[in-house]
Amino acid sequence: MSSPQSDFPKTKGGIGMIVIIPSEEDKITICESFGRTPFFLVYNTENQKFDFIHNPAATEQSGAGIKAAQFVVDQRAAILITKRCGENSGEVLKEAGIIIYKAEKQILKDLIEDFNEEKLEPLLRFSKGFGVGV
Amino acid sequence: MKIAVLSGKGGTGKTFVAVNLASVIKNATYVDCDVEEPNGRLFFEPELVKSTEVNVLLPDFDAIKCTGCKKCVEFCAFNALFFIKEKPKLFSELCHSCGGCKLVCSNGAITEIKKRVGVIEEGFHNDIKVISGILDLGEISGVPVIKQAIMQAMESENVIIDCPPGSSCSVMESIQEADYCILVTEPTSFGFHNFKMVYELTKVMGKKVGVIFNKVEDLYEPLEKFCMENSIPVLLRIPFLKDTAKELSKGTILCEKQAEIKNLFLELLKQLGGAISN
Repeated sequence: MSSPQSDFPKTKGGIGMIVIIPSEEDKITICESFGRTPFFLVYNTENQKFDFIHNPAATEQSGAGIKAAQFVVDQRAAILITKRCGENSGEVLKEAGIIIYKAEKQILKDLIEDFNEEKLEPLLRFSKGFGVGV
Repeated sequence: MKIAVLSGKGGTGKTFVAVNLASVIKNATYVDCDVEEPNGRLFFEPELVKSTEVNVLLPDFDAIKCTGCKKCVEFCAFNALFFIKEKPKLFSELCHSCGGCKLVCSNGAITEIKKRVGVIEEGFHNDIKVISGILDLGEISGVPVIKQAIMQAMESENVIIDCPPGSSCSVMESIQEADYCILVTEPTSFGFHNFKMVYELTKVMGKKVGVIFNKVEDLYEPLEKFCMENSIPVLLRIPFLKDTAKELSKGTILCEKQAEIKNLFLELLKQLGGAISN
């Protein structure tokens, strides 16, 4: 594969873990939305392998954030890097002990690099949901 | 005959129309489905009030019987359930109380527990039966309260349903049983925009409709044109009158005090008779 994300920066030793970032269709930039992102970048720091997996919650009528959070939990992720995250998804992720970092940059590769260099800040603000289907 | 009074925009005069229309019909039943702001009772000040609680059922999980198969989580169409630390958990505000999770659980690990979400008050103002749906503070969905309020009115012959504003689930629930919908709108561009949204909803639901222009000062052409093109009967044009508004804000049922307003609503009743028998 010759796409620009094929050589994600390598982690400097340490234990392996799964890092997840919502990704746009282009598989290069981060998606603004967590619950309705088309893809998730699933990155394994141990072997630097990565995968883009379809978000099973992308087209849900209700509770997309919760289903997306369930996906992240089921991937046994330790880290989520995202621009925003709703209150409900935040609750699921926190309960599972997943650390959520705030994404300030657009390019997935840069975010992984910042993560490896421990430059990311934790996400502190959780937004109110947009569409609770009542 | 069950008549629903609705509008896309809040503050157009739904309650004003619903309350006064009910007041000129003999033995009418007025149902307030605007359960977040049930203001009809402020006008009627009903007596002999009986209260009934509204409860919904929420799933409760038995951690010992649960095998972690996640069938319930996968079944939930609203994603109200999630599975963490080997057990399912509930976001109660997303639950629609469908009971599906309990049905798909093959281990009998799910029971249902009652949760109060509101109350229905039923009383009388002279010969008018007044039913008010009141949603508890902090509850997200008014639908269960609306459902029960409507159910309590089903036996009555002439029912006026005062709907919540907008065009969402709570409005759909409110007009489901209605034979006729009165759409109240202001002749302004904001009023017109939201009017079109509710009109579309009533069309999707196959309802007969008529429109009332309230607080009329000037002619608003796009609205007139839209009603003409879609053959929506204009049932009534209520002028904007400062004194009327002032009296209304005191909680007065205007038909009981002002002859000219009463005549307007008697006229509306006649119009409805015509529109309905068609």
